[in-house]
Amino acid sequence: MLKIDHYNIAKNVHVFRQGNLNIAYDVNSGSLHIVDDKTAQFIINMIQVQIQDLKGTGDPHSIFRVAGADLSGEEKNEILMELGALQRNNLLFSQEAEKIEPMYPEPPIIKAMCLHVAHDCNLRCRYCFAGTGPFGGSRQLMSFKTGKSALDFLLRNSGNRAQCEVDFFGGEPLLNFDVVKELISYGKKAAAQIGKKIKFTLTTNAVLLNEEVSGYLEEEGISIVLSLDGRKEVNDRMRPYAGGKGSYDRIMPQILRFIEKRPAASRYAIGKYYYVRGTYTRYNMDFYQDVLHMADQGIKRISVEPVVAPPEEEYALREEDLDTVKKSYDILGEKVLEYMQNGKEFSFFHFNAGLDDGPCLPKRLSGCGAGHEYVAISPEGEIYPCHQFVGQEKYKLGSLYEEEKLNAKVVAAFRKAHVYIKEECGSCWARFSCSGGCHAANAAFSGELTKVYSLGCELQKKRLEVAFYIKIREREQRVLV
Amino acid sequence: MAKHIQTVIKGNLSSTVKTGGCGNCQTSCQSACKTSCTVGNQVCEK
Repeated sequence: MLKIDHYNIAKNVHVFRQGNLNIAYDVNSGSLHIVDDKTAQFIINMIQVQIQDLKGTGDPHSIFRVAGADLSGEEKNEILMELGALQRNNLLFSQEAEKIEPMYPEPPIIKAMCLHVAHDCNLRCRYCFAGTGPFGGSRQLMSFKTGKSALDFLLRNSGNRAQCEVDFFGGEPLLNFDVVKELISYGKKAAAQIGKKIKFTLTTNAVLLNEEVSGYLEEEGISIVLSLDGRKEVNDRMRPYAGGKGSYDRIMPQILRFIEKRPAASRYAIGKYYYVRGTYTRYNMDFYQDVLHMADQGIKRISVEPVVAPPEEEYALREEDLDTVKKSYDILGEKVLEYMQNGKEFSFFHFNAGLDDGPCLPKRLSGCGAGHEYVAISPEGEIYPCHQFVGQEKYKLGSLYEEEKLNAKVVAAFRKAHVYIKEECGSCWARFSCSGGCHAANAAFSGELTKVYSLGCELQKKRLEVAFYIKIREREQRVLV
Repeated sequence: MAKHIQTVIKGNLSSTVKTGGCGNCQTSCQSACKTSCTVGNQVCEK
């Protein structure tokens, strides 16, 4: 029989309907179950009864009685027996994970770096969080000397990590391609000398992704994130050149030529991969059409993310847009399955869900590691917690050319901003999947690292529901095959 | 066979609180995500 004494169901079990399925997600084990209508309603009713039980006495028998009022005694008993069996096996209504706060090494082990090799850009994207390239500073390129110092800093501070990660970022990194090449060559040698490897990625708008550049990136095994928003009219509205002309006609053919070289790119971004990454705004809340446009062109690895924008911007997403955006995720989820069935498989990054093969709980608690595992380096050699904080003095961690030790207060602030410290996350069913959200988005919208961006939470939860649904349907299809 | 519930994925997340934390996995923002934290959709590389 199910035991729910002192067990907060809403916090630990999430029941929802997606497509034609009732799904129960067990937060603490990460297990997924398909439940019939009666079981789904019974659990939802139990949650409601618990919430209304203001005194918190939570007498299980009265909860079962009230929540299962529409069930026959036999049905109720069957369901409670099945739930009880799953509970004993820690698969549903499972025991809450032991609340151990993340532990961090001292000094911090830095394993990943975003290298801003160009604070300049050949596009003028209207939503750019880098202020169309310079991040509020001047337009400039990183020197080899600064880049080399950055790589040395990473290797020196990466402790026992055998693999470090470096992303060439901007602005547009291909505006500084000669330095990128020099740094890749230097980084590979320097890492090898101390028995390490650097995994390089490059994030580009693809304007300069010609045959020569593509060939080089392929030969050197550099993973790549290519920016494209989708349909021509959508892309060109937000991603024009300085003169206003759209970029689609130039970049789409170059992207398609490039990805032909990587037909087996991992959906989980492992090894040498590519992702085509776009941004959706209030102007294209039907962004599923942009994803499908890319998929129809043969692009297999697609990520399209909600814009990060000040609320006063016309293109910023608003609370009242939530239903429309959620419907787009619903449609996209069905399309992902439809394309798979028709042999036109593609993956949508936010629908990847690591459950039985996903990251461990410590990783899920601590999140992206910005500010203590992951840093961004500006062209001048200043160190920031991540690419989105570059130029924000309040969050500056230090400089490659000054005291090497990182600002301990900033490091501590980022380390402290984990799931267990955020009030809104404590009872949220998605807490182990989103790690409390993006630090930069949280800081931008609430002014604090420890307060969440609620609109972002709603979108994240919707994406997770669709992701879980797809995960189940994928398993079903695999069984049928 | 259960009549009302079908288990599709069996996870053991809570047990990894003590076994995990090796730190060898990829930093989430280095892959395809540059503006939204998506740790849960990675895979363990252990």
